[in-house]
Amino acid sequence: MKILVCITHVPDTTSRIAFTDGDTKFDSNGVQYIIGPYDDYAVARAVELKESQGATITVVNVGRVETEPTIRKALAIGADDAIRINAEPEDSYFVAKQIANVAKDSGYDLILMGRESIDFNGGVVHGIVGELLEIPSVSSVMKLDIDGNVAKIAREIEGGKEYIELEMPFVAGCQEPIAEWKIPNMRGIMTARSKPLNVVDPVDTDHLDKLVRFELPPPKGDIKMIDPEHMEELVSLLKNEAKVL
Amino acid sequence: METIEQTTAIMGGEFLIKETEASTVFIPEEWSEEQKMIFQTCKDFLAKEVYPRLDEIDSQKDPELMPELMGKAGKLGLLGISIPEKWGGYGMDLNTTMMIVDALGSGHSFVVALSAHTGIGTLPILYYGNEAQKDKYLPKLASGEMKSAYCLTEPDSGSDANAAKTRATLSEDGTHYLMNGQKMWITNGGFADLFIVFAKIEDDKILSAFIVEKSFGGITMNEEEKKMGIKGSSTRQIFFNDCKVPVENLLYDRGKGFKIAVNILNVGRIKLASSCIGGSKDIITTAVKYANERKQFGKSIGEFGAIKYKLAEMASRTFASESAVYRTGSNIDKAYDSYVNEGMEPAQARLKALEEFAIECAIMKVHGSEVLDYCADEGVQIFGGMGYSADAPMDRAYRDSRINRIFEGTNEINRLLTIDMLLKRAMKGRIDLMGPAMKVAKELTSIPDFGVSEDEGLFAKEKKALRNLKKAGLMISGAAVQKFMQKLADEQEILMNLADMLIEGYVAESALLRVEKLIGLRGEENCSIQTDMMRIYLYEAVENASRVAKEAIYAIAEGDEQRMMLMGLKRFTKMEPFNLKEARRRVANHLLDKNEYSFK
Repeated sequence: MKILVCITHVPDTTSRIAFTDGDTKFDSNGVQYIIGPYDDYAVARAVELKESQGATITVVNVGRVETEPTIRKALAIGADDAIRINAEPEDSYFVAKQIANVAKDSGYDLILMGRESIDFNGGVVHGIVGELLEIPSVSSVMKLDIDGNVAKIAREIEGGKEYIELEMPFVAGCQEPIAEWKIPNMRGIMTARSKPLNVVDPVDTDHLDKLVRFELPPPKGDIKMIDPEHMEELVSLLKNEAKVL
Repeated sequence: METIEQTTAIMGGEFLIKETEASTVFIPEEWSEEQKMIFQTCKDFLAKEVYPRLDEIDSQKDPELMPELMGKAGKLGLLGISIPEKWGGYGMDLNTTMMIVDALGSGHSFVVALSAHTGIGTLPILYYGNEAQKDKYLPKLASGEMKSAYCLTEPDSGSDANAAKTRATLSEDGTHYLMNGQKMWITNGGFADLFIVFAKIEDDKILSAFIVEKSFGGITMNEEEKKMGIKGSSTRQIFFNDCKVPVENLLYDRGKGFKIAVNILNVGRIKLASSCIGGSKDIITTAVKYANERKQFGKSIGEFGAIKYKLAEMASRTFASESAVYRTGSNIDKAYDSYVNEGMEPAQARLKALEEFAIECAIMKVHGSEVLDYCADEGVQIFGGMGYSADAPMDRAYRDSRINRIFEGTNEINRLLTIDMLLKRAMKGRIDLMGPAMKVAKELTSIPDFGVSEDEGLFAKEKKALRNLKKAGLMISGAAVQKFMQKLADEQEILMNLADMLIEGYVAESALLRVEKLIGLRGEENCSIQTDMMRIYLYEAVENASRVAKEAIYAIAEGDEQRMMLMGLKRFTKMEPFNLKEARRRVANHLLDKNEYSFK
């Protein structure tokens, strides 16, 4: 089985978010980067599949050279080799196009990634990759088992789960609890540097959108504590003061 | 002519009489990508396995929990860091193993268990074991299949280790020793499969060391000790009753146990220091987050100067201690490399390198544990009423911190050791202390320096302040030796004063060297906060040294000699005015903005 896992290189979840250049650019100064947490689960599931039934795992990332430590972490967790597509990951379509280009003639049985990145949270790359490769895509995959050529999947839907089966190849957007979160061990860390990390040039891609600016959410307001005995006061405040009812 | 020569310090203890080039020190900003990944693996391990179970660990209700966590750490490879690859480990240098306990330093009782196993529980075999002993035990210790403990202390022998009463008597057929005695405060005692035990053979005056498997029989133990902190760390009193130890399990040579104990404690001390730094960094981050969140009088408490003062102090002291601890670790690694290149056997080279920097190891043990205690204390204070709540994180941090000033040699013993070792080296001619001390004495009677700075360049004033601080230390050590001669050992109060000066000098210099090197790498404009922290630390180091130096002078000298020394001290500890308040505010504001201790 050949598995391609697509990973993002995103700010740590506790990072303070700020913008520069007239709110058009993320301020990366002093920010620590990690593998996207959903992508981390995709990597972990790929490694579990490799351990249980044998597979080769390639990780791919669209990014500049500064993403290589993140890529090597995926190698340390258990991927066999890596591809870095040397470009800024400008938007979902651009990224999906790059991934599809790498994947198109390589015969991957499974293309896994997080259900969304945690920086821009588009949540559509898996869908676009599936369309570009003309294979199915499923997302919010919480459980993934492979039996022969058939995948048995549980995916999260509004208020419950949906169980589906489909044949490989396909694209899956993953989330917990698809796998146990994996911490790279010493052996993995020591061998990561000797695994191949191939850098490839991006393909030309149309830009379907243009960034205008970012805006941070308004700061949190003061909190009012309401005695649980006085629910009518809460309703009144929500109606008249917060105007959300 | 300058008293302090401008040469590179390559020998332990020489920092006092020589200057060090910033380019030659290791700074934590130079960790490689792999080392950073290992650091993160440790942090992830804590987040996944340890933090969610801190209460469960401390309750000790499940005796299998700690060994299970150790097993998981073993699977990740964290127990075999310093063990060579041929025995299933990774053969990493000392600085990397120190970085690992730094990363795990916020792991409360867990890091105590792990450090005891990987340090004092494993290294005696690695450094002193023969090939058969290494082949038999090291792979199991690296994997975590066997967990180990170190049995030195007894009810009547703590700091005075050689007073131990545990005996080993050779059996009639000469195949084994019968061990009898009791040991106490044995970390990991409750679950260890292997004990490094110190005992006297027959009527020996000096200890020998043994590798004792629990399965040898004749080993019983008391219930878990009830402790102030590190409540999840297994601490037992252990009894040996005719425990049969095969003769091949004698470690190294008969009568060499005390040497083993002392040398292993050197590495224990420097690693404890790095673990304390890790704890301090975590406390600072917790305190900074709380200072940002907690609102009083309509604003976050981090906006108040009184809180900013505390945050900046915690960070400056931690930064300085961290600078010194990895400078030391790297120097030990460099010494090791050079001994190996000269053809020395690796384990011997490791020991010789540790012995060479034993003074610095003791200095760092004292400093690291006292910085952690300061951070824990102020951490509680920043949390206010919540700081005293057992449901908030500072409670555990405060209780767990305290032991660090006691184990691996109390801070009092370590202070005495620093000066004792320094003077012994001077007497053996390994370090020339008297020459520079005499020069300083001459300088006292020469025309004073009117404050015209002859130095230029980066940190010229700070470097001069450091040179002067060392001169003050030399002046007082020289006078103390002349006055008390062989009886100086009885003047512990003065030795403590001297030790404090030595510690402040080493740590302040290390902070300065780190910032100087960092500026070379990143540029001055990107190191302004680090520069502030270094200056805050240096200023306070000189002030502290000045205070204890005065006490020492009052006790050593009288009349004209006293007046001359006090004038000399005034000259040597003169600092240019520096707006500490604004510097602390800049440091605190940076921490609050980053919402963490962010210097890495």
